[in-house]
Amino acid sequence: MNRNIVYFAIMAALLIFVGFYQSWNVSLTILNLCLISAIMSLGVNIQWGYAGLFNVGIMGFAALGGLAAVLISVPPVPEAWAVGGMGLLTAAIMGGASVLGAILVYFKMPKGRLRNILVLVICLGGYFLTRKVFGPAGFAIEKVEPAKTGYLGGLGLPILLAWPVGGLLAGGAAWIVGKITLGLRSDYLAIATLGISEIIVAILKHEDWMTRGVKNVNGIPRPVPYEVDLQNSDWFSGWAMSVGGDVTTLSSVVVKLSYAGLFLIVLVAVMYLSEKALKSPWGRMMRAIRDNEVSAAAMGKNITARHLQVFILGSVVVGIAGAMLTTLDGQLTPSAYQPLRFTFLIWVMVIVGGSGNNWGSILGGFLIWFFWIEAETLGRSLMEILTSGLDPTSGLRTHLLNSADHMRLATMGIILLVVMRFSPRGLIPEK
Amino acid sequence: MELLNAFTLLSNFVLVPAIAYGSQLALGALGITLVFGILRFSNFAHGDTMAFGTMVVILFTWMFQSMGISLGPLPTALLALPIGMVFCAAFVLLSDRVVYKFYRAKKAAPVVYLIASVGVMFVMNGVVRLIIGPDDQRFADGERFIIKARTFKQMTGLNEGLSIKVSQGLTVVTAIIVVAVLFWFLNRTRTGKSMRAYSDNEDLALLSGINPEKVVAVTWILAAFLATIAGTLYGLDKSYKPFTYFQLLLPIFAAAIVGGLGSPLGAITGGFVVAFSEIMITYPYKKFIAYLGPKDWAPEGLLQLLSTDYKFAVSFVILVVVLLIKPTGLFGGTQS
Repeated sequence: MNRNIVYFAIMAALLIFVGFYQSWNVSLTILNLCLISAIMSLGVNIQWGYAGLFNVGIMGFAALGGLAAVLISVPPVPEAWAVGGMGLLTAAIMGGASVLGAILVYFKMPKGRLRNILVLVICLGGYFLTRKVFGPAGFAIEKVEPAKTGYLGGLGLPILLAWPVGGLLAGGAAWIVGKITLGLRSDYLAIATLGISEIIVAILKHEDWMTRGVKNVNGIPRPVPYEVDLQNSDWFSGWAMSVGGDVTTLSSVVVKLSYAGLFLIVLVAVMYLSEKALKSPWGRMMRAIRDNEVSAAAMGKNITARHLQVFILGSVVVGIAGAMLTTLDGQLTPSAYQPLRFTFLIWVMVIVGGSGNNWGSILGGFLIWFFWIEAETLGRSLMEILTSGLDPTSGLRTHLLNSADHMRLATMGIILLVVMRFSPRGLIPEK
Repeated sequence: MELLNAFTLLSNFVLVPAIAYGSQLALGALGITLVFGILRFSNFAHGDTMAFGTMVVILFTWMFQSMGISLGPLPTALLALPIGMVFCAAFVLLSDRVVYKFYRAKKAAPVVYLIASVGVMFVMNGVVRLIIGPDDQRFADGERFIIKARTFKQMTGLNEGLSIKVSQGLTVVTAIIVVAVLFWFLNRTRTGKSMRAYSDNEDLALLSGINPEKVVAVTWILAAFLATIAGTLYGLDKSYKPFTYFQLLLPIFAAAIVGGLGSPLGAITGGFVVAFSEIMITYPYKKFIAYLGPKDWAPEGLLQLLSTDYKFAVSFVILVVVLLIKPTGLFGGTQS
């Protein structure tokens, strides 16, 4: 345990160091994303560390969380609802009815060619009919002031509500994927999650009536006050006077600190529940299944059902973290969801931190995010030094300077490989 | 006449592109399936292996172009292809030596290999972006078309033209040659037979004196060759962008799984199944139906089953259907 305290102390020291030498704003920005990363890695650790499930679709579940932030908190656009709301609802009901019908026929009718044909007809017919209604409705919505809105908007509820809803959306997607692929080879889960995450992000990018697509949804309501409001309020500027700091800087520090406080509450809650679960009989059963499926099955454990359960739980946590991230950004940027940043970086966090150990995941989330951010500036200055011997106008030098960012990817890969090989149990090993 | 027009239209926009795309996917899926058959894991670095090999080809193509060497009507990239294959194989063998060999000695679980391949993917991705950058690169030269749509119209007097790009013809010819050589290698040579034996039953193969390290090395070389060829053909046909190659992972995996992981014949079939479904489902049939219907009649709407934005969904749905109905794939691949 002593070593672990040292690790976290080093991490805190690094953040404080950045605070003194760069600025407290930078330090707090990093801290906030560290907290979110830690929650995401906790979610992945539930899947991988507890149960040995390899999820390559973290990006998709995080994006669903981001979608929830928009759907819950943004005020609705009445004109859009007026022109397309009915059509969309009808389409949703028709789509749902045909899926339900197909499922009913599949399970209620006797096996045979007739059943298969009927299911196919219901699916295809439902698809075409739904699209017939859905297409014009979506088109009409996108025509409503495309530069400003052009989408349905959300429900206008408090943004904090979006966090659990993001978890639910992610959990629902996980249920579908898990139902199909769990129980088959472990590679299939990996490939299927890779696929579903690409599709989710494609939907976010192209369904303009829902997310405005690549036009992004800006100005998502905040759970904390705006800097400008703080600066204009008397009590705040009075307080800033008495502390003796710059009002602008202080206001943004206070806003970031309040975000950090909210995130910390979620992190502590998720951490508490995960640790409780891990130390309960359920956690021991999960680890027993992970370590030897055959003997666990022989003890009467339903492996596939338990895997499905733990896969959904982990995805819920990732979805919550995804909603938090969009809340922090204040905007939904579908094109920002890149698999290397949202899926594989989280994996590096979990494995470097220590698979199976929740404290390890938190440490990994903090450490890797810190270096991911700092490597950007570090890498550039390193390149400056390395190429200082070259002629400043030479093409090679500019090329190398421009591509310093890509070094981060290679470095992350090397960190992952080195840790897997020389310290496969990570910084804080599983007990 | 109308029937011929309709058929030409379909050939031009569906048949020809799908055959070319299918060949590219098949070559990619063959690499995945070979690695799976011998090393028993899904290689997530395969897309980036394709990107790496193609990058070397592009760099040498540019060098040849600046030296004034060309193949006349054929793209110069063909000359650079063997060099790219060698470089790619060297890089992949190096990654095996440095990364995978250790886990082989430990007899690690497949999922550990899978994560290791993610690490390799990161490194390759970083190296590729470092050298050539993340942007689109064009390296096709020589003639562009075998048949131009205009010439075809003049020749046949039809309303619709059929154009076949050089890159498409080249893809199909190369794919046929590569597949023929590969099957000859697997079925007729000693090394190929030992590979198949190793894939069928590892212990029995080891008992009969097959050197596993040699089998593994040959597999990696073949996978790297196939990846470079597939990547170069794809790049010539469409364009080269490192991220696109990462995204190709999904259709390629879908192709390999549809055919049955570990079955070379299945990988080829799967590649065409995925390519044809993807293009047929995202093609708007409006004009095609208009030719077949009565005169001066056109259906409203594009008659497109799915927008091209969601072409990944097609691979995914095929994958899901196969996993639900026949998880071992059409040709029942290697089990483990």
